[in-house]
Amino acid sequence: MEIPRHWRLRQQRYALVGEVCPHCEEKIFPPRDVCPYCGNEAKTQFTFSGRGTVFSFTTLTEAPAGFEQTAPYTVALVKLEEGPVVTAQLTDLGDRPVEIGMPVEMVTRKIRAEDEERGVIIYGYKFRPVLTETQ
Amino acid sequence: MTEISPQPAFAPLKPDRPVGIIGYGAYVPQYRLPASEVARIWKGGRAATPIKEKAVAGLDEDVATMAIEAARNALKRAGIPGDHLRAVWVGSESHPYAVKPTSTLVAEAIGAVPHVQAADWEFACKAGTEALVASMGLVGSGMARYAMAIGADTAQGRPGDELEFTAASGAAAYIVGPAEEALAVIEASFSYVTDTPDFWRRPEQKFPMHGQRFTGEPAYFKHIIAAAQHLMKATGMTAQDFRYAVFHQPNTKFPQRVAGMLGFTPEQIKPGLLSPVIGNTYAAAALIGLAATLDVAQPDDRILVVSFGSGAGSDAFILHVTEAITQRQNRAPTTQTYIARRVEIDYGTYVRFRGKLAS
Repeated sequence: MEIPRHWRLRQQRYALVGEVCPHCEEKIFPPRDVCPYCGNEAKTQFTFSGRGTVFSFTTLTEAPAGFEQTAPYTVALVKLEEGPVVTAQLTDLGDRPVEIGMPVEMVTRKIRAEDEERGVIIYGYKFRPVLTETQ
Repeated sequence: MTEISPQPAFAPLKPDRPVGIIGYGAYVPQYRLPASEVARIWKGGRAATPIKEKAVAGLDEDVATMAIEAARNALKRAGIPGDHLRAVWVGSESHPYAVKPTSTLVAEAIGAVPHVQAADWEFACKAGTEALVASMGLVGSGMARYAMAIGADTAQGRPGDELEFTAASGAAAYIVGPAEEALAVIEASFSYVTDTPDFWRRPEQKFPMHGQRFTGEPAYFKHIIAAAQHLMKATGMTAQDFRYAVFHQPNTKFPQRVAGMLGFTPEQIKPGLLSPVIGNTYAAAALIGLAATLDVAQPDDRILVVSFGSGAGSDAFILHVTEAITQRQNRAPTTQTYIARRVEIDYGTYVRFRGKLAS
């Protein structure tokens, strides 16, 4: 059981809440309280827009323990429009092929359950192809 | 002794301080199960299907994730941050946990915590509109400036049951606030409730039971008609006073028939009649229909909304659209944008997605 860890990370996991450095103004994700760019203290919360592009990706058919129920799935490095690169699953792909540079947006989804029937359900960010507006 | 003044019978619900909808948002998952697939597996391919197809939640979706996306869309339209909300209420009959609120998870994800009311509501398909009435009270009393009511479901149907054709997934969120900020003022509301066992699910059962034909006349039609007629009579309105009407939609026929019985034309229910293409989204059904209607509504339009929840009851609302609608409609994806995003699945994929495989 890793309940305390999941609980501690809930804001960044549910809503991409990171930090902005008050000194160099770089956006930081995941939050680490020290700016990786200028080395100064950075504790100001910043909620990312959730928009980004696929930097690289791979599809997993042999999923690690805890993720078997949703295999196969695609994991990507997503470059957020504010700068940082995050690792996350892509979702709602349907039959659409994934391409490097593809615009994606953050959604909050089920990541896995600690135990399928009885455990706590872990939610967090994934990315999907940007919705196409119809009028 | 304090004198207790009796409340006038059949008075519509109207808060002291006028309230309205300041933001709304819908969510429909992308997967579609054609009703012909259910007929293929269970009826030898020969069955009159109650809808064309239904929306199905993906493997990583549930009531919480769908409610979060609908809530984010509502916040975008309202143009307020999550921490301005004083209530986040989620109505559903498919909450991910039996014990542990969906609402705290949604409130956390949209940044509404910690100074907020949060609770899950249950009243079959009208849990979301019941939360909407409560939001009117919270805002109308002045206790809160903004309150959010959500209806969301990943509806269950026993394999092979009639419900499997229609039981669908979706969510809709509404932010109630002061009338002067509203995109649609809620002029009045009225509820009609009786103890009617048309549909139920006992604890720890995966699938609901229903009273077959008993679900129609004494349940759906009686409660919707009573709530709508009382509200229209009390406010001196007739079907002709409304541009649009939205009714709970368990299939295609029921909302069409109830609209006709109340004097509404097919054109009036057209934008909000989504059950043929997304199915019955239960607690979200009337509210997603309303979202699609608000997407096309214009200032000064009046909209009648009537939900129905088994067990049984209906909440009716009269909405009067304001000038503010035009700037807010396109601040978030429209309901039709979600409906247009369509990935067809077969029965096998559906069974996997909905956890119906016996292991």
